[in-house]
Amino acid sequence: MTDSKPKVAFYWCSSCGGCEESIVDLAEDILKVVAAVDIVFWPVALDFKKKDVAALPDQSIAVSFINGGVRMSEQEEMARLLRRKSQLVVAHGACAHLGGVPGLANFWNKETIFRRAYLTTPSTDNPDKTVPLERTVIEGKELTLPAFFDTVQALDQVIAVDYYLPGCAPPRDLILKAVTAILEGKLPPKGAVLSPNKSLCDDCKRNKTKPEKLAIKEIKRPWELFLDPEQCFLAQGVICMGPATRTGCGERCIEANMPCRGCFGPTDQVFDQGAKFLSAFASILETNDENEIERLVGSIADPAGTFYRFSLPSSILRRKRMEAVR
Amino acid sequence: MSQESFEPRLVGFLCTWCSYTGADLAGTARMTYAPNVRIIRVMCSGRVDPQFVLKAFLEGADGVLISGCHPGDCHYQEGNYKALRRHRLLSRVLEQFGIEKERFRLEWVSASEGAKFQQVCNDFTEHIRKLGPLNLNGKGGSRHD
Repeated sequence: MTDSKPKVAFYWCSSCGGCEESIVDLAEDILKVVAAVDIVFWPVALDFKKKDVAALPDQSIAVSFINGGVRMSEQEEMARLLRRKSQLVVAHGACAHLGGVPGLANFWNKETIFRRAYLTTPSTDNPDKTVPLERTVIEGKELTLPAFFDTVQALDQVIAVDYYLPGCAPPRDLILKAVTAILEGKLPPKGAVLSPNKSLCDDCKRNKTKPEKLAIKEIKRPWELFLDPEQCFLAQGVICMGPATRTGCGERCIEANMPCRGCFGPTDQVFDQGAKFLSAFASILETNDENEIERLVGSIADPAGTFYRFSLPSSILRRKRMEAVR
Repeated sequence: MSQESFEPRLVGFLCTWCSYTGADLAGTARMTYAPNVRIIRVMCSGRVDPQFVLKAFLEGADGVLISGCHPGDCHYQEGNYKALRRHRLLSRVLEQFGIEKERFRLEWVSASEGAKFQQVCNDFTEHIRKLGPLNLNGKGGSRHD
């Protein structure tokens, strides 16, 4: 370890661990990264503690890659600490970027989530109705847990974020490109999402099979039909978030014959990915008859959860109205 | 805010060809109606991006109205049908966000229907007055709410 190498930190907030995996998945290339930088903090892989980070001078970390949304007080505290110690903060992956799948919890709140998770699921066996508490006294000793918030937030709703690496999880080529750009100091303007600013359909191989005018007569879920491996998903009546989603993922889902679910978030021109997709999708429903429109719209199992699968906390409304949560 | 003193704040997106002209007719004919709808003129009801509707609710609207030409009469052939499909789908999504579908209304008002515009404004205002304030007012997403 020498002082001349740039210091790098990795941290996870409310996420599944897949983004950590995306770094390990750099495989041999991680050795190049490790050779070029000095990793000062990475709880999933290295034994550094919070106090080690706290002891560093402010701004002394060149870049912190933080994945996961912010759902608990501990994550907020760590995000703030890393922000203070870092010159650059990169929101790594869909959850830090947009809120991600854990952000779908914003259709509920702390009380309803605790009730479900600790009391009412069919597999719960909790006769004493114990739920996690922020403070508990056992045998005269006080134990504490981080606070659980009502609302999941994207990272940039808590701290300033310099760059965004999109994806669930971000693909290896984008991570490598970002790391190289940071090491070489060849960075785009701050606030940029480090992936091309156009929609997935622009790059999708199936785009050429898309008919001149898309017209959906029936809405299908992927398990309800044998998906054609070459035809545009929307032409098959399957909800594909491609039109409202940023490209750069390498079409991993499409290659696996699954429609886009929107993990890269919207392009720069769009505020609200879900609303924008809703707009595009409604316009290609093949009917002008009011009853038929209502039937088709009613046949979508969970429109808000589908359109906002990764982006609810960063959407315009951000969450379900608290007064309406039951 | 008590129910009596609550004045609904409503936003109305009106297409320039039919509904805005209809609203204008209500004005020139000196019809009196509830002043609660803040009118925004758009070229076509099909131009109303669902993001506009969400933004209106977020910024404090208690209700949002989209009004366009009657089916078959759209100046751009079928912009109003797109508005109709978007309205039905967005209404479902709004309910999932805890915003009652009564707060989001779609009405057809032609250029000659000043009286209908008057009735739509009065009716919508009274419905939302009964429903009460939405109270989003720019919040919705700090960690504790």
